[in-house]
Amino acid sequence: MASVGRPLYNFLFRRNYVFLGVIFASAFGFEIAYDTVTDRIWDNINKGRQWKDIRSKYIESEGGDDDE
Amino acid sequence: MLARSALRSKRTVGAVRNGAVHTSKRAASSSSSSADSPFRLNMAGTAATAVAIGSMAWYYHLYGSELHAMTPAEEGLHPAKYPWVHEQYLKTFDHQALRRGFQVYREVCSSCHSLSRIPYRALVGVTHTVDEAKAMAEENEYDSEPNDEGEIEKRPGKLSDYLPNPYKNDEAARAANNGALPPDLSLMVKARHGGCNYIFNLLTGYPEEAPPGVKLADGLNFNPYFPGTGIAMARVLYNELVEYEDGTPATTSQMAKDVVEFLNWAAEPEMDQRKKMGMKVLIIGSALFALSIWVKRYKWAPIKTRKIVYNPPIQAGGKH
Repeated sequence: MASVGRPLYNFLFRRNYVFLGVIFASAFGFEIAYDTVTDRIWDNINKGRQWKDIRSKYIESEGGDDDE
Repeated sequence: MLARSALRSKRTVGAVRNGAVHTSKRAASSSSSSADSPFRLNMAGTAATAVAIGSMAWYYHLYGSELHAMTPAEEGLHPAKYPWVHEQYLKTFDHQALRRGFQVYREVCSSCHSLSRIPYRALVGVTHTVDEAKAMAEENEYDSEPNDEGEIEKRPGKLSDYLPNPYKNDEAARAANNGALPPDLSLMVKARHGGCNYIFNLLTGYPEEAPPGVKLADGLNFNPYFPGTGIAMARVLYNELVEYEDGTPATTSQMAKDVVEFLNWAAEPEMDQRKKMGMKVLIIGSALFALSIWVKRYKWAPIKTRKIVYNPPIQAGGKH
């Protein structure tokens, strides 16, 4: 336990700004990762139902204009 | 434990015996002349029970039954339930159906019904591209800002304009429709009992002719799903009424289904986003809930599993 805990303590918990910074950075990273994964699940559940799935039909017929 | 329950039972037996003794004494002192026969006691008990049951039945008869202000015909037939896919917890609207539904609204419903809470910009990215929405908006004319002479001129519509109303005001709408006001459809799915099912049944539920014996006022049509069964709107959806651009066969039920889904979107345009966010929140929330359970058990473990032992002080010399 001490062999694992010691470097963890020295790196992470010893200085509060490192500890806080790691928390903020990991929250930021987690949200990006979580949103990416759940959006992919959602799009898989609703395959073919959303506007982005049928948008290409109407964009092309409009002449390839690329706004919204 | 055994000894204690035995004690208690003996005590209750004693109490009963004491009570019996007291009551017999009291009965003897109050009605000393006639000893109560078992027959009269039975009669009294039966009569009391009958009175109790009778009064409860009478009370229920007076106040217990459900009151209906209207007859079943005035309530309207309950709509049949359909398995709407977009009403499932994890399903969005089918946007192809929304596009078809908007086409039905625009070509059929909009001649009488307004959709006043939907601007053209709301259609962008939902059913139409921005160019299509702009083109549709420009087909209508709206009042512009007053010019230098204070005159209000007309200008072509913009994306920020709302869908135009078919009538200038409610009075004009009533005058054009035999006194009946076609309601605004923006929130209609939320505003009616049964929601999607009700509107779908109403649109598809017109019988060929009214059943015999039904008397309808002038200008009304029979629809069993409409409260009162007399509805000013005639059946409007017939097969092949509109021509879908995506080639879907335009049957009555297909058009009704599409327009109902579109009206549900109009009432709840946030639904797709709301369900997606709900899924995310439930996943995170259940993970945090499980974590909190674990932390609680972890923190309480030493308290729950400790053993408290009382060690009496050792008496050194026996007596003080």
